[in-house]
Amino acid sequence: FQDQAEQFFRSGHTNNWAVLVCTSRFWFNYRHVANTLSVYRSVKRLGIPDSHIVLMLADDMACNPRNPKPATVFSHKNMELNVYGDDVEVDYRSYEVTVENFLRVLTGRIPPSTPRSKRLLSDDRSNILIYMTGHGGNGFLKFQDSEEITNVELADAFEQMWQKRRYNELLFIIDTCQGASMYERFYSPNIMALASSQVGEDSLSHQPDLGIGVHLMDRYTFYVLEFLEEIHPASQTNMNDLFQVCPKSLCVSTPGHRTDLFQRDPQNVLITDFFGSVRKVEITAETLSLDRHVPGLESKFPEEEMATEPLKYAEQLPVAQIIHQKPKQKDWHPPGGFILGLWALIIMVFFKTYGIKHMKHVF
Amino acid sequence: QVQLAVPMAVVFAPGSVPADLPRPLPFRDVQEMEISVNLRASVTSRYEIRYRSTTAQEEAALAAATAREADAALYPLQDTTLGSLTMYVVPETSSLLPQGLNVYVGKHRSALVRAVGSLAGLQARLQGVTQVMSFTASSIAAALSERAPDGRLSPDARRSLKSSLGYEITFSLLNPDPKSHSVDWDIEGAVNRFVKPVLDKLSLVANFSVDSQILYYAVLGVTPRYDKESSSFLLSAHSLPHVINPVEARLGSSAASLYPVLNFLLYVPERSHSPLYIQDKDGAPVSTNAFHSPRWGGIMVYNVEAPASPQASLPLHVDVDMARVMEVFLAQLRLLFGLSREEVPPEFLLESPGNEGLADWELDHLLWAHTVENIATVSTTLTSLAQLLDKIGNIVIKDDVASEVYRAVASVQSAVTELSLGHLLAAFQASKEAVTSSEKAFFDPSLLHLLYFPDDQKFAIYIPLFLPMAVPILLSLAKIVRESRLRKKEPTKMD
Repeated sequence: FQDQAEQFFRSGHTNNWAVLVCTSRFWFNYRHVANTLSVYRSVKRLGIPDSHIVLMLADDMACNPRNPKPATVFSHKNMELNVYGDDVEVDYRSYEVTVENFLRVLTGRIPPSTPRSKRLLSDDRSNILIYMTGHGGNGFLKFQDSEEITNVELADAFEQMWQKRRYNELLFIIDTCQGASMYERFYSPNIMALASSQVGEDSLSHQPDLGIGVHLMDRYTFYVLEFLEEIHPASQTNMNDLFQVCPKSLCVSTPGHRTDLFQRDPQNVLITDFFGSVRKVEITAETLSLDRHVPGLESKFPEEEMATEPLKYAEQLPVAQIIHQKPKQKDWHPPGGFILGLWALIIMVFFKTYGIKHMKHVF
Repeated sequence: QVQLAVPMAVVFAPGSVPADLPRPLPFRDVQEMEISVNLRASVTSRYEIRYRSTTAQEEAALAAATAREADAALYPLQDTTLGSLTMYVVPETSSLLPQGLNVYVGKHRSALVRAVGSLAGLQARLQGVTQVMSFTASSIAAALSERAPDGRLSPDARRSLKSSLGYEITFSLLNPDPKSHSVDWDIEGAVNRFVKPVLDKLSLVANFSVDSQILYYAVLGVTPRYDKESSSFLLSAHSLPHVINPVEARLGSSAASLYPVLNFLLYVPERSHSPLYIQDKDGAPVSTNAFHSPRWGGIMVYNVEAPASPQASLPLHVDVDMARVMEVFLAQLRLLFGLSREEVPPEFLLESPGNEGLADWELDHLLWAHTVENIATVSTTLTSLAQLLDKIGNIVIKDDVASEVYRAVASVQSAVTELSLGHLLAAFQASKEAVTSSEKAFFDPSLLHLLYFPDDQKFAIYIPLFLPMAVPILLSLAKIVRESRLRKKEPTKMD
């Protein structure tokens, strides 16, 4: 009976995924990249492997020409913690971080040529952590300074994920101005959301570093990182402690959270359920009894004896064809619909007002 | 709406016919049972039973000395269509079944059942047999479980892999201490001799691809404890979940295929940590020295004996006993697929499947579960696709997406029909086609919608564009209307 009770309170997931998105570019948005990289670092330290992390960084700060310490991204003044590390694997970089690609990753509607590292191959027993940071407003999040994703689109994307059972439970963390507006519209089950500020409030950055010249991190993520540094893979800390991170006195903004769509009580949800990758294991109690004296079967794989010529890279692409390709002729269609009606209205009014005899001015 | 039909034959050996048969042999009977998956969905199972007496050949086969020989002799005489069951009822005093055992389940699709005096008792015993050999209510409910979110799942359900078109199996040898151990494993030979027969049997269910690798300097994430009493190192059960993660990063789940990967790791502990044993929850060392993780794979620890003399030259050459290793790995493979023999009543004797890895009826188990799961997946996929298209009217459906949807619908309908007729293989193949088509249609890259326009955005964009243009138009229209009204009044004004 106790075993059943234990199982009921534990999450039913068998693997963990993380989608970490930084949506801002330009050097002065250094702190957003540092935010994302610190969450990446914590998540990797707690056990989620790179093959299960989709990291999207909209700009390259470590190798930015304005970085006085190249190949580093620091999260603390006095350069204490380099979150860039030695083994960072960025899956979507620079201009590949777009709303379309982000939604494609979430919903799985990816062109077949996409490599495995760029896909979210989660199943119905995956717990997914989604962390987004950047500049946002009431109901939207800005991507790359040129487009935005609205909270309705995000909620629809999560619903598409739920319909296809692409997650077991989802934890959504957002660190932007007015972050709480992004989770207002969620309606799919098993989602827990945290935001760094309420609607109408701005999320503030932590502190500037005079050596690097920019703000290094945002307050909310800074305190979350401090909190996560104390978590190790076997810790039993639960989500209620995460909700208490960064009270108003430290953060200036009021962090918010939303748990009404989540089935379990946050008290029973371990931090490592989302940030770490603790596997369920079972002892193998039985063996199969095999007959050892089986004659070796003929190897069914045909031996390739013929030496094939190594294929040269240049020969693989029909370069000549590609270069000399003429642009495809787009068929011309006469304008239809709204534009046609508008122009017809304008012309009709013009001639009615001024009379037909003015047509000679046109022709 | 889904009906699972199981063709069954109950064959009575002479002297085993119960006294209260309703009709003389041979006759047919149909038993239907409803399996409710959740509040709304249910599946009916339909057993079409044909009662008959033995033929002369079957009697000769049943005269064998042991149950195993009888089973082997009866195999050519049986119905071998997938999903069918044959039960031979032997007299109560028969010596084929040892004392205390009432049922012997063979490697193929038949069982030997000890007779019971009354028909009702016999049917109860036969029902017990079908619960073991064919699907049970809980296995069907488990296959459909994700469609019916329910917090309580049996361990089998959580453990078994989702139905997929293919699986990739990776065998990895981890050698953290190459200075001390130079490990040789004949993985190709082992795969050919032991793994291929099992995968050939499972090839009906999915495509399998096998690869192997050797990783050096790959350590487990946990430091084992030294135990003085047994002078060995121990890994306790609650530290096992943390073992996998540091290794997983180096395993390199294949970049090429998108099929789920099953990893089987063989770990040869360092000389300074040998011998290494795994402890279960009660503190006893595990006999197989292995553990597995659902939907991921398994790990086995292979201890190398310490060399006889301390001056033996390092590195020690180790030849891995592949048969012992494969026994454990193949058992783990069975468990990962959800084929466990734990819930069998004590009066049953199950024949070991031997080198084939799984019995025919266990294969049927998998096919039933996967077919039902596929059908459920296809219906929810197509329903949610239809809902998506309802909601977002301006998504364009390309022709090939539409044809995939039609094909999925036709395939799933044929799968349901075949299931109700009892043709398990045809139903499974139709369900596989249906899943392929519906996944292709649902995940087509062209179905992405980025067209949400909130009302205030519409105002904000279109008003500055059209308002300045509209002002002279509206004023001119007003002027026209006024003029035409004046002109209408004029004739009455002028005399």
